[in-house]
Order: sequence, then structure tokens, then C-alpha cells
Amino acid sequence: MMQWETVIGLEVHVQLATQSKIFSGASTAFGAEPNTQACAVDLGMPGVLPVLNENAVAMAVKFGLAVDAEIPETSLFERKNYFYPDLPKGYQTSQMAQPIVGPGQVEITLDDGSTRSVRIHHAHLEEDAGKSLHEDYHGMTGIDLNRAGTPLLEIVSEPDMRSAKEAVAYIKALHAIVTYLGISDGNMAEGSMRCDVNVSVRPKGQAAFGTRAEIKNVNSFRFVEKAIAFEVERQIELIDDGGQVVQETRLFDPERDETRGMRTKEEANDYRYFPCPDLLPVMLDGAYVDHQRALMPELPSEKRHRFENQLGLSAYDAGVLASSRAMAEYFEAVKDVCGDAKQAANWVQGELSANLNRENLEIDDSPVTAGQLGGLIQRVMDDTISGKAAKQVFQALWDGEADSADAIIEARGLKQVTDTGAIEGMIDQVIADSPVQVAQYREADEAKRGKMIGYFVGQVMKASRGTANPQQVNSLLKQKLDQA
Amino acid sequence: MAIEHADVLRAAHLARVGLSEDEATGYVDDLSRILEMVDQLQAVDTQGITPLAHPLDATQRLRPDEVTERSQRDRFQACAPATEDGLYLVPRVVE
Repeated sequence: MMQWETVIGLEVHVQLATQSKIFSGASTAFGAEPNTQACAVDLGMPGVLPVLNENAVAMAVKFGLAVDAEIPETSLFERKNYFYPDLPKGYQTSQMAQPIVGPGQVEITLDDGSTRSVRIHHAHLEEDAGKSLHEDYHGMTGIDLNRAGTPLLEIVSEPDMRSAKEAVAYIKALHAIVTYLGISDGNMAEGSMRCDVNVSVRPKGQAAFGTRAEIKNVNSFRFVEKAIAFEVERQIELIDDGGQVVQETRLFDPERDETRGMRTKEEANDYRYFPCPDLLPVMLDGAYVDHQRALMPELPSEKRHRFENQLGLSAYDAGVLASSRAMAEYFEAVKDVCGDAKQAANWVQGELSANLNRENLEIDDSPVTAGQLGGLIQRVMDDTISGKAAKQVFQALWDGEADSADAIIEARGLKQVTDTGAIEGMIDQVIADSPVQVAQYREADEAKRGKMIGYFVGQVMKASRGTANPQQVNSLLKQKLDQA
Repeated sequence: MAIEHADVLRAAHLARVGLSEDEATGYVDDLSRILEMVDQLQAVDTQGITPLAHPLDATQRLRPDEVTERSQRDRFQACAPATEDGLYLVPRVVE
């Protein structure tokens, strides 16, 4: 049987988190009434002129720096001409010959923790189109142009990915970069990150690429994986049956879990790109680029390495915690309060994440603040409470019972009894109340005693209502029982 | 470089301009003369010269990222042939 290799390249459109549009002062806020955020420039009214948004430029440059790309001194805007009702000007202002971000690379992390590099061909700025609403308006289509002119950064990869998993890891890496940089909210459900996937297959060992199909608008991590899996299968079957893959655009249908060819147009698209006469060349000198570099936060890969090398976390923990900026910041705040990175990592990835997942919350919405969790961990580390009591305290914080771990420990009387005298008193009582068990214990050999002591520990803990320090109970019990 | 009848029709189609056969024939001559002039320009040796993107010797001014526009939907939609629920209505688009 023939061995096939999958070749994947991605075009990812990232909606930039600017306040206003790329070429106009209209708002980009999501969810406004239709056409209330489409101004004369966005509508392509006669006589208007676009003026480029400095923040869109800054965001694109920061992205370029984050992927080690070259930032050319000059970039140009061009017109991509086509007719569609949600594109009022009859062209999309975009970039082709001289994009704002040149070749770069992104480090991706696979499930097994290994990393590899995916090359970026380039990234360019362009404007988004409006939205067509195909519900029935008396046999007509409704057009909302609020989104027209929203800045997009289109990130084009080289065909460097060889599996759906690598493609997903790549998108996740991009997602982490843009959200860390704060240049996009990365919300795939609202369309802030949209993905076109180019897929082809070739016999393993063949150097030339096979014919590719482009799958449009794949808008979640899971759909990327499914769309690629389906498409690879389809192409291999087609070739095995003696057919040929045709270069075409396909749509992924998440409901039927398949890709379908879009109606093939008789003519190939001819966008007739030409330099936009309304926009002058954009010049960015070294000082500007350095200034943007200075404004950049620590990036996910840098954070991951620091968590691993300076804080001593495992590669896995470091990877999970650095995967989102919100998670990383929460973790570091917890660590700063409690002073122990490993404990902070365990609690954030354990109890906290479990609760967040159960209630389907993002870390930003956590009812337990980083300060509260840090305070709780402190009380475990200084032996004020047992690990078991800590879980109770966490739940109480989660439920909003009090403002701090200390208040809950106090109110519930969870403070561990570490006073040897008090514990000894309880032990003596338990020994006095359990003559049969004591006799059995003392007759048993050392190997069995280990197991039998559990009964006494349980009794003492019960007597202390869980507040005795279990290690202390254990060692004091052993002394007393072994004594006679 | 000469232009053919089919080229004119194709260019008209791409620009969504309706042309009659007679008009198309006229444009074959007009456009061919323009392309002859372009041919003269093509003869100039431009080796090593960076293509000029814009005739003005200036660079793009950048605008601060501020919302400066208010909704003027009613005014814009006053000249639209059909609107409903704030939407512009257009002949049905089928993908």
C-alpha cells in the first residue's frame, strides 16, 4: 500500500483589536445595530479618502517582531478587485507585492512536548468586508457593512505542516502570540481568527507537492483538525481510484463533517491587483521598529522557557501555564503571594482549572482571585491547615463565603492543632477508649502495624474534627502504641 | 501589442460594464492605440529601477486610533434603493 504524506499551509486572518477601522474613524465594536458603524469611507462614497490607522500598523509590526520576521522599510497597499455586495468599493484594500511583515517563523509545540518551527511566508494588512445575511428579505439579501473596513492581519504560512495536529498546534501558537501581544481578542467563535487551509497529499518521499485544495473559513481548532482529516481521506481515495485532485476552493460543513467543492467558476479569479492611488507608501524606519519592540510583553515561548529554567517547573507545567496570557499572569500572581512556584502551579492546574472547567469559566472570570489562592497556599505551607482542609477552604472561597482563606479557616475552625500537648491528650483518650484494638496492635508484627495504625489516626482526626496535623498524629501515636 | 475583441469583452465583464458588440469593436481600436503607447514605454530600459508605487514623493500619514465617526445610517440609507431593519437590501446572492 502506498504511503502518503500530507502537506498543509495555512492562511490565518486575525482581526486586530483596534478601536476604529483601518482606514476610517468608525468604531469596530462587535454587535452594534446593522450599518451604524459604517461611515462614508467604509461605504466607498465618492470623494472620500482612506487614512491609515497607526495602531493597525503598530500591531502588525509587533506581530512581525514576535515571529522573528523582517519588517521592510517600505510597504504598499494595493487594490484587489472583485464584485460582491458586501464589498461596497468594488475592491478590497490589501497588500501583495510589498507586505508589512516579511518572512518569519513560529515555534509550535506538539502534544508530546516536542517543538518545531513553521515558516511564515509573510503577513499583510487588509480590510475586512461586510456581512451578507441570506435570510429571506422578500427574495433579497440583507447587507450589514459594520464589519467593512475592520483591520485584518492575514498571516500566510509556508506549506510546512505535515499533519492536522501540527496545523492545530500552529494555530494555537498564533492564537497565543496575538492574545499575548493584545493585538486581537483571538475569539474564533466571533470570527476574530478565521482560517483557510491548503491541503495536498503526495507519495511519501516525493519532492514535488501534489495539487492542493483550499478549504475556506474553518473557524475552530477542532474544525481545522476535522476538515483536514476529511480532506486528506478524500484526496487519497480520489487518487487511489485513478482520479486527480483539482485545484479548487472547498467549504467545510461542520454539521456533516465534510468538505464540499464550491460551485466552480468558469473563469479563474482575476483580481487585477494594482497599487492603491489613495494610499501612499508606508515607511517604517529602524527607530520606529525598535520603539514597537520595546513595547512588547514577554511572549509565550519566552515565558515557557523562563518558567522551566528559572522557576523549576516541568516542561509540561510550563507549557500549560504559558499557553494563555491570562493563565500565566494568574499563576505568577499566585506564585508571588505564596512564594512557591511548584505549589502555585499545582493549584492553578489542579483545583482551580477543575472548577473552571466544571463551570465553563475563563480564568479571568474565576471567583477565586490569585491573591486569595496565594493566601490559601501560604496557610498550607506554614502548616496552619492540612491539605484536606485546604480543599474545603478553596471551595468556600469559590462559593464566596468570605474574602480570604484566613477568614474561612477562622470561621470554620479549620486551624490545624499542632500543639503536641493537645494532640497527646486526644491520643491518650483514643487509646483508653480502644483497649481491644490496642491489644491487637501490640500483638501484631511490624509489617501489619503500619496498616493497623490507620484506625487510630482516623479516631484521633475524628476527635479533632479534622484539625490535628496528620503527620504529627501519626508519629505521636506510633510512639505511644509502640511504647508498652 | 494588439488587443482582440474577446479581450475587450473580458475586461468589460471583469469591470461589470455592459457593452454592445458595436461598442466593443470601437474599443478594440481605442484600447489598441493606448497599448501601442504602452509598448513605447516598455521599450525604455528600466533595469535596476525600483517600480514607482505612487507619483507623489511623500509617505503615508498615519491617523490616531480614535473613533471619530457617529452613525449617519439614515442619511446614507436615504439614497439606497431598498433597506429593511437597518440592512441594505440587494438582489439575492447565492453562493
